[in-house]
Amino acid sequence: MVEVEWYLGLSGVLFMIGVLGVLIRRNVIVILMCIELMLNAVNLTLVTFSQSLGDVSGQILVFFVMAVAAAEAAVGLAIVIAIFRKKTTVDVAEFTLFKY
Amino acid sequence: MAQILFVVLATVAIAAALGMLISRNPVASALWLVLELFCIAGLYLTLNAQFIAVVQVLVYAGAIMVLFVFVIMLLNLTALPRLPHFDWRRLVGFLAGMAILVQLVYVLATGLDALPAQVSSEQSAVTGSAQQIAGELFTRFAMPLEMIGVLLLAATIGAVLLAKRKLT
Repeated sequence: MVEVEWYLGLSGVLFMIGVLGVLIRRNVIVILMCIELMLNAVNLTLVTFSQSLGDVSGQILVFFVMAVAAAEAAVGLAIVIAIFRKKTTVDVAEFTLFKY
Repeated sequence: MAQILFVVLATVAIAAALGMLISRNPVASALWLVLELFCIAGLYLTLNAQFIAVVQVLVYAGAIMVLFVFVIMLLNLTALPRLPHFDWRRLVGFLAGMAILVQLVYVLATGLDALPAQVSSEQSAVTGSAQQIAGELFTRFAMPLEMIGVLLLAATIGAVLLAKRKLT
């Protein structure tokens, strides 16, 4: 069996890639995808601990995280569509509705 | 055997995540993310969490990614124009991401002794089964489950309202 710390390290690396995507990319849809990636990395940690401790609660939390992620993706993409209709771009640098 | 499987899945997962980060076309990014999600589902299987692995493929790789691809197609996107000059914000973002990775690895390294003992793989196969999860989900976590249902309904209505052509 693979040791727990390998899964935790992989999860950390995936989370870091998600953070980099949110900070570096300009396409708002790709930023939403990177948020999904970060949620996935955290889910991996939860499942790892749940399985290594033999406790189901962690996997139920993962189940709820997936449901919230689905809701977040639906609302986030609807907002993107609404903004795109107004500004015809998905570049986050152009979204300056609240500036000043 | 388990080690080889883990290394292969982990490598592909990291490569797919980097591909998503680097590719300029949003459709390519979405497809890389699908590959990454499948790898994570495979990793759940190596952890004996069968139920979560199936839900991962159904919900993430199925529903959420279809939503993303639909929106990308709907908006008829092309790649954003390349930045003409060096962007210092990218450098700051890269450094911040690396700082987070260093912090996570540091916490992991200092906490290695505190990791609890692993249960046997027969035991964890029981923990990850749909029967076990459903038993907890519909008894101890019945109330949160109902609330998740309400949340999804609210999100659906909100998404329809936001994406409607005209708000009246």
